[in-house]
Amino acid sequence: MTDTAPRELPLQELDEVIIRFAGDSGDGMQLTGDQFTSISAALGNDLATLPEFPAEIRAPQGTLAGVSAFQVRISDFAITTPGDAPTVLVVMNPAALKAQLHNLVQGGAIIVNTDAFTERNIEKAGYKSNPLDDGTLDNYRNYPVPMGQITRDAVAEHGVKPRDAERSKNFFALGLISWMYTRPVEPTMEFINTKFRGKELVIKANEAAFKAGYNFGETAEIFEAHYEIKPAPLASGEYTNVNGNTALAWGLVAAGVLARLPTFLGSYPITPASDILHELSTMKNFGVRTFQAEDEIAAAASAVGAAFGGALAFTTTSGPGLALKGETLGLAVSLELPMVIVDVQRGGPSTGLPTKPEQADLLMAMYGRHSESPMPIVAAKSPSHCFDAAIEACRIALKYRTPVMLLSDNALANSSEPWLLPDVDSLPDIGVDFQTEFNGTNEDGDGIYLPYLRDEETLARPWAIPGTPGLMHRVGGIEKEDGSGNISYDPENHQKMVNVRQAKVDGIDVPDVEVMGDQDADFCFLSWGSTWGAVDAATARLQKAGHKVAYVHLVHLNPFPSNLGEVLGKFKKVLCPEMNAGQLDKLVRAKYLIDVQGAHKMNGVPYTTAEIEAAALETLRV
Amino acid sequence: MTDTSTRTGPADWATDQEVRWCPGCGDYSILTAMRMLMPELDVDREKTVFVSGIGCAARFPYYMNTYGMHGIHGRAPAIASGLAMARPDLDIWVIGGDGDMLSIGGNHLIHALRRNVNLKVLMFNNMIYGLTKGQFSPTSETGKVTKSSPMGSLDHPFNPISIALGAEATFVARTHDMDRKHMMETFRRAHEHKGASFVEVFQNCNVFNDGAWEGITKKQNRDANLIQLHHGQPIKFGAEGEFGVIIDNGSAKVVSVSDVAESSLLVHDENKEDPSTAFMLSRLARGPFEPTPVGIFRAVERTEYAASATQQLAVAQDQKGPGDLAAILRSRGTWTV
Ligand SMILES: Cc1ncc(C[n+]2csc(CCOP(=O)(O)OP(=O)(O)O)c2C)c(N)n1
Ligand code: SF4
Ligand SMILES: [Mg+2]
Repeated sequence: MTDTAPRELPLQELDEVIIRFAGDSGDGMQLTGDQFTSISAALGNDLATLPEFPAEIRAPQGTLAGVSAFQVRISDFAITTPGDAPTVLVVMNPAALKAQLHNLVQGGAIIVNTDAFTERNIEKAGYKSNPLDDGTLDNYRNYPVPMGQITRDAVAEHGVKPRDAERSKNFFALGLISWMYTRPVEPTMEFINTKFRGKELVIKANEAAFKAGYNFGETAEIFEAHYEIKPAPLASGEYTNVNGNTALAWGLVAAGVLARLPTFLGSYPITPASDILHELSTMKNFGVRTFQAEDEIAAAASAVGAAFGGALAFTTTSGPGLALKGETLGLAVSLELPMVIVDVQRGGPSTGLPTKPEQADLLMAMYGRHSESPMPIVAAKSPSHCFDAAIEACRIALKYRTPVMLLSDNALANSSEPWLLPDVDSLPDIGVDFQTEFNGTNEDGDGIYLPYLRDEETLARPWAIPGTPGLMHRVGGIEKEDGSGNISYDPENHQKMVNVRQAKVDGIDVPDVEVMGDQDADFCFLSWGSTWGAVDAATARLQKAGHKVAYVHLVHLNPFPSNLGEVLGKFKKVLCPEMNAGQLDKLVRAKYLIDVQGAHKMNGVPYTTAEIEAAALETLRV
Repeated sequence: MTDTSTRTGPADWATDQEVRWCPGCGDYSILTAMRMLMPELDVDREKTVFVSGIGCAARFPYYMNTYGMHGIHGRAPAIASGLAMARPDLDIWVIGGDGDMLSIGGNHLIHALRRNVNLKVLMFNNMIYGLTKGQFSPTSETGKVTKSSPMGSLDHPFNPISIALGAEATFVARTHDMDRKHMMETFRRAHEHKGASFVEVFQNCNVFNDGAWEGITKKQNRDANLIQLHHGQPIKFGAEGEFGVIIDNGSAKVVSVSDVAESSLLVHDENKEDPSTAFMLSRLARGPFEPTPVGIFRAVERTEYAASATQQLAVAQDQKGPGDLAAILRSRGTWTV
């Protein structure tokens, strides 16, 4: 610590900042970003985050493949995306600089850990000369900070070995950024003490590193100012910061509570869906039974078995796993049992880009099964919306006795946002009754159970579970006679069953779409899934620039809301941006014969607001 | 609900569905054995579930007046595992053929067995794909000539008992469709067992592989070629008990009792924790033409899977209290605006 009186630096007000922390996977960048997010959330900023992990668990240190990054946007106004390009880049080593510099806006600030720029590291990152002094950073505001050295000095008095001291340098960076954006010190001190409870030395080292970073900003005379971002005018209430996978897991468990049913998850680990399995595995006190199956086929099959037994059953996966589940889902369609299949989409085909988002499983969700096997599809639009989407998927599954596909993607799974917590008591009751009585009579007038006798309104079949006296029955994948459920190869019956399975899905009660933005616009975006945020933000920007723009966002992709065709038909131009090569646009064109234009992006990076804005401007121009 | 089982007869366990196996198929006698056994067990029809895959054998659930699911090819053990986890109170039987359980569903079978899920798995082994009209199966002998192997199959066959033992199944048995009493006794023991039971049933497919088991199961061949395993007794067979089994140099061997001391015969111990001896017994016959053991190879105790899963729920409730939705939403920290 220093006893020099702090200089009085000007405090500037900003409406937002987008910071990207980047370092080696071992540098603790996710932790740093998470903690910065938490402090900012508590200050009342609106925020959105975008973590970026390497696909390898332990990529060689100092290499481009090992770079891990975390982008956080904080603002004093409502936002829906983590921001296009960072305005501040914190880099811990040359590889991080090399991998991330292109993201930074021109003129943006780089806070760089100069100690890591050794000849060896520079070479490992693929630089021919030291980028810190060869002109590479000419178009940016460069703040060189020997983070390693200062951290080592700061923690030395606590008896931490120099090698271990290095590990605290992410807290130095966090301290420095906390000073820059006038974040309070206390919450991070508390965080350090809880996170590292029992490891006194680590606590001391991290505290010292954090304070050193904070003080460095104040005293080092390399910064011109520090900044303040006022709270955003968020609706009042209690908030938490949640990512999509957690919200989705909580939504599934909530659905079990709302349906008063035991829940079951059959799953096989796969990035980026595994965290849902992990989360549900910690919620056994809710009566959640989790089953880590031997593969995705068994995972889906176990869910079918559990559903037959009367559980609210789920299976969670990503694209390659969904491909494996296909045949089993055909059985679920035929058995007309409720279950929810979660696909957290990632880049493909095959292993593809396992840690990057894509929306290219929509057609697989829609059609990726043998024969005519219609299945409702619900897609989440933001991290916190994963909670509502999960409950909605379960509601449909239970009410209509059908498997339901719930789509998320890697952009939602790991990104987080503040979530105004719902009042648990106001969540919908999605419970349904099991069949416990006969629902028909045979020729002799005796009561019998007809497992495929349908509810006239919903076309749902009754759900009688084993253990119910008198209602013993057999179900199976062979075509069944409508009503009795007995095996039937009768041609007319099969036609009827194909039609009725389709009619049941078509008749699902799906809320109408709402037109957002200018109701009288000629131009309309059509979006689904995680592109919602960027589309919403692009709409606002275009409106600000004087364009009349509307958007329609779909949460239900099968069946479509019944007013969709009519709504879209009113616009002269409809543009559908998707992280695929054109899937929703195909479905909408085929169904409504509306000339939907597509905008496509498949580079593993979510759409930026600017890209969507540009695509719109291009469409408006033609 | 009162227990109806004591008052049922075999007919109460039959459905009104027409049984559609080929006339003379071995599956009929297995079905009869099952329908006759059920009234003798202390179970309710509504608490009993038959789950199957696809194949001739897998039609079984349609013919039992219980709850049932005719699933998809190979996946019955997985479907049944989910059902058993969701409903540990049920009595679940899993039925499938040799193709269903050892080919497409081999993976699910071994995992259900190693986890020791409370399932009674019956595999009807006819050494052929019946339903798809006669291709060789994973238990068909090498060189088997079928429509898909006109020059003889190249595949080395699986030994189902060896596989089950290799998967460390806690109950492993074998019976055959020509002996109803033996089937009933074996199924009864499988039912008594807590955990996964695996029973291989030699079954005749009289259309595509007729007489495949005759060398050992036909009345006149049984004395010479069927070895009845009895717990705690020396393993002997033959009309006069003139043959026996010994362990010699790490394998089971057939001997004439007169050639060895009676005391050197292997005394069958189905409760032996180490499955090695049972495995040696499973290797005794190379095919259905030489002395083959039937009965219970292994019956040991191990924690049952679904019960343990239920136990974990109870422990979690003890530790964390019953699930509280409002609390879980706040578990990552909150702030108020
Ligand atoms: C996914 C899938 N692949 C292939 C089939 C075709 N198929 C049905 S039963 C069967 C094999 C049946 O043999 P086995 O399991 O031994 O039963 P068996 O008919 O002999 O009793 C096959 C290949 C199918 N139904 N599903
Ligand atoms: S094909 Fe064979 S196994 Fe199938 S029903 Fe006919 S005889 Fe039985
Ligand atoms: Mg067979």
